[in-house]
Amino acid sequence: MAVSFKVNGKAVSVDVSEDMPLLWVLRDVLDMKGTKYGCGIAQCGACTVHVDGNPTRSCQRRVASVAGMNVTTIEGLSSDGTHPVQRAWEELDVPQCGYCQAGQLMSAAALLASKPNPSDADIDQAMNGNICRCATYLRIRQAIHRAAQMPATVGSGKSNR
Amino acid sequence: MTTLQTPEATTETRVDRRSFLRVTAIAGGGILLGSYIKFGETAEAFAAGTAAETAIGNFIRITPDGIVTIIAKNPEIGQGVKTMLPMLIADELDVDWKNVRIEQAPLDTTKFQGQSAGGSTATPTNWEPMRRVGAAARAMLVAAAAQQLGVPEAELETASGVVRHRASRKEVKYGELVGKAATLTAPDLATVKLKDPKDFKIIGTRVTGVDVKDIVRGQAKFGIDMVLPGMLYASYVKCPVFGGKAVKANLDEIKSQPGIKHAFIVDQAGQGGLMGLLSGVAVVGDNWWLVQQARRKLDVTWDEGATASQSSEGFASQAAALSKQAPHQNLRKDGDFDGAMKSAAKTAEGAYFYPFIAHAPLEPQNTTALFKDGKIEIWSPTQTPAGGRGIVQSALELKPEDITIHISRSGGGFGRRLSNDYMVEAAAIAKQIPGVPVKLLWTREDDITHDPYRPAGFHYFSGGTDASGKLVAWRDHFVTFGSDGRPVSSAALGGTEFPARFIPNFVIDQSLIPLGVPTGPLRAPGSNGIAFAVQSFIDELAHAAGKDPVQFRLELLANEQPAPAQAAQPAGAPGGGRGGPPPAGFDGKRMAGVLQMVAERSGWGKQNLPKGTGMGVAFHFSHRGYFAEVVQATVSKDGAVKVDKVWVVGDIGAQIINPSNAENQVQGAVLDGIAEALGQEITIDKGRAVQQNFNAYPLLRMRQAPPVDVAFKITEFPVTGLGEPALPPVVPALCNAIFMATGKRIRSLPLSKQDLKWG
Repeated sequence: MAVSFKVNGKAVSVDVSEDMPLLWVLRDVLDMKGTKYGCGIAQCGACTVHVDGNPTRSCQRRVASVAGMNVTTIEGLSSDGTHPVQRAWEELDVPQCGYCQAGQLMSAAALLASKPNPSDADIDQAMNGNICRCATYLRIRQAIHRAAQMPATVGSGKSNR
Repeated sequence: MTTLQTPEATTETRVDRRSFLRVTAIAGGGILLGSYIKFGETAEAFAAGTAAETAIGNFIRITPDGIVTIIAKNPEIGQGVKTMLPMLIADELDVDWKNVRIEQAPLDTTKFQGQSAGGSTATPTNWEPMRRVGAAARAMLVAAAAQQLGVPEAELETASGVVRHRASRKEVKYGELVGKAATLTAPDLATVKLKDPKDFKIIGTRVTGVDVKDIVRGQAKFGIDMVLPGMLYASYVKCPVFGGKAVKANLDEIKSQPGIKHAFIVDQAGQGGLMGLLSGVAVVGDNWWLVQQARRKLDVTWDEGATASQSSEGFASQAAALSKQAPHQNLRKDGDFDGAMKSAAKTAEGAYFYPFIAHAPLEPQNTTALFKDGKIEIWSPTQTPAGGRGIVQSALELKPEDITIHISRSGGGFGRRLSNDYMVEAAAIAKQIPGVPVKLLWTREDDITHDPYRPAGFHYFSGGTDASGKLVAWRDHFVTFGSDGRPVSSAALGGTEFPARFIPNFVIDQSLIPLGVPTGPLRAPGSNGIAFAVQSFIDELAHAAGKDPVQFRLELLANEQPAPAQAAQPAGAPGGGRGGPPPAGFDGKRMAGVLQMVAERSGWGKQNLPKGTGMGVAFHFSHRGYFAEVVQATVSKDGAVKVDKVWVVGDIGAQIINPSNAENQVQGAVLDGIAEALGQEITIDKGRAVQQNFNAYPLLRMRQAPPVDVAFKITEFPVTGLGEPALPPVVPALCNAIFMATGKRIRSLPLSKQDLKWG
């Protein structure tokens, strides 16, 4: 069946089984590879995207359930890669292997959208669903605090915050 | 890279036996500088036996517009090597890092040496050779400028990609010199002058990873992201029991499922044993999710084989029985252990156990392959592309020159991708569908249930101290896995492993349990289990002797006996790494240095901690690195463990190449070790792994990550690697902290299975 929704502001329509998870629609139908597969059971957070602004594990989200909604992926977190979390991640050289970081950035951006100045406890809670196997957690925490101090830029205004 | 292999013109200059630089003019008027060196002569302490001249390849490309491209030869798995190796070249070349482009090399054993990620070997084996490549290129550009300006080379200096004449202040950019440089004689790599370390401009500075910009934008390409036109997607289903065989399957039913194009049985073939091509069922279709839907309907009759009778419970009872018998082998015997125990003032015994654990890199195993006209092209996140080629060659019966391997960025490695089982599976599937590219992607469950696990281990210790509190007797009956006197991969304990040479009456015995479960190196192989057992039992002896654990260790380290000449590590023993030079012997003074420093930084012995909170210390030498660590942990009355803080001091020689990545690696390794200790275990039951995904196999989460204070003690020793050696000490340091907090000695992991209630 055809399912229509928006990805990063652009209307898309896909003709797939309504049970197909959003993750695999993004990766293998729409060829948007920024969102990652890690576990398939919503344990690791590598597949985190925003659905109408809410952080969502796309591996457990049926594509039919996002019909008519706005999906934001790492590719659309900002139009030019300058969302505060992206700049902070770069400034602090956060990634090691980098595989989980799209999911980490999406969870962090959603946190900052709801809590512009999060405490460590807020961060622990919001980021608890995102595993970093390289364990870059100390820099992720530092980068979220750093991003909270940064002004938003034009490029970050396009997300579904 | 392919464009470089068809240069318009080639000028080879000065070939001598020892080394030469090849200078090649390339299309567009640039040059590329490649080096062919006799490896063993240009860097000390290299693996013996590399007698033949070995090509290490093309590393630098400079075009007339001044763009400098440096080739990164090794697989990037998150250890930062794609940034680090080019930094070495760029600094000696004297170009600004911001003007450097980095390209990942494919596997090419005719050009590059040691294209692998393992054993923390990239730094010690490349520290000098990569710098020599950069320095030789710089020397050629200087010589070209001398000709162009008509001045002696000695009057020229370089900086930021420019050659400058000191007196006249005349400058020539590197890009303007490439035509002339291509006609010059290259310097001898072995004698080319290297920078004085005080003149380093890039080495020693905090350099952001070269792919970070792409990573934060979702643009970095990992193996899993590979796409080729007309590509199909595959799953490969193996027997849940290791080494079992597919007898028959409902292939026709599977082929009739939506989107499924092929389903077939693949037989075991080629080298690699349990980490080679095993029997299984391939399901291939239009997209991976449809393949998973079909896979749920797959019904396979398996011949499970003999391993189906093995279990973790069985291993434990076999180990307990073996511990009471005469050992199968003696690995080392110094002095008179029995006599020393009889006259010891205090003695202790401890039976230690660590479980099987899985690597679980976050990017599931995958490989894309295209078989066409008898040749195969492979895109794979692998730590050993050359090893993968060997296995593909043997399983598919191809010639090495018919196998092309592109090295994809890996979403983590940790040693998992030293095995190329997934690569050969993809290759075998692709061979059945000639002309059609296939991407094999494992599920997380495939990954956790078919891992080359860190082998479990059992250590039965006894030891004694004399009246002065000095450690005088030590015996370890190590019960490990293997047969015919040979431990399985990563299950060996070397006869030179610390505390050998530090205790006068010293015995290491070994007994073996046959194993059908695959094992392999996991970050700091061997060491990640041995350090827990050894440093915990040393702690027991310190307390038995009534000594402070730091003081007891310092006294032990001061008791070093000289190592006999040629004290070789057995293959596969910890610290030896893979494919790198043999490690230097353990140096007690270097370890004492980091131990004293970490005691100072952590305020050891000066803090008044409440009941339920304690500090523990441990050290370990592996992969040429010396690390001492202190953990402060709190255990609640109901037994929940919280790590409050970790202090780390490491000695990896004279230079920290990239402090930003070094700190990141150490913090990651320490947190990795904490995750292993807290909750990780693979249980074997009926010959298969019980745990399948992250709900049962817990990785660390943010709320569990304590602050990790990292310091390096800079010494005059050679510069060595960092991916691994920071991990081992944190496990026993944490367990020793729990003892201080609760009085409960941890002799078995993971902590989640221990009763830590107190009060």
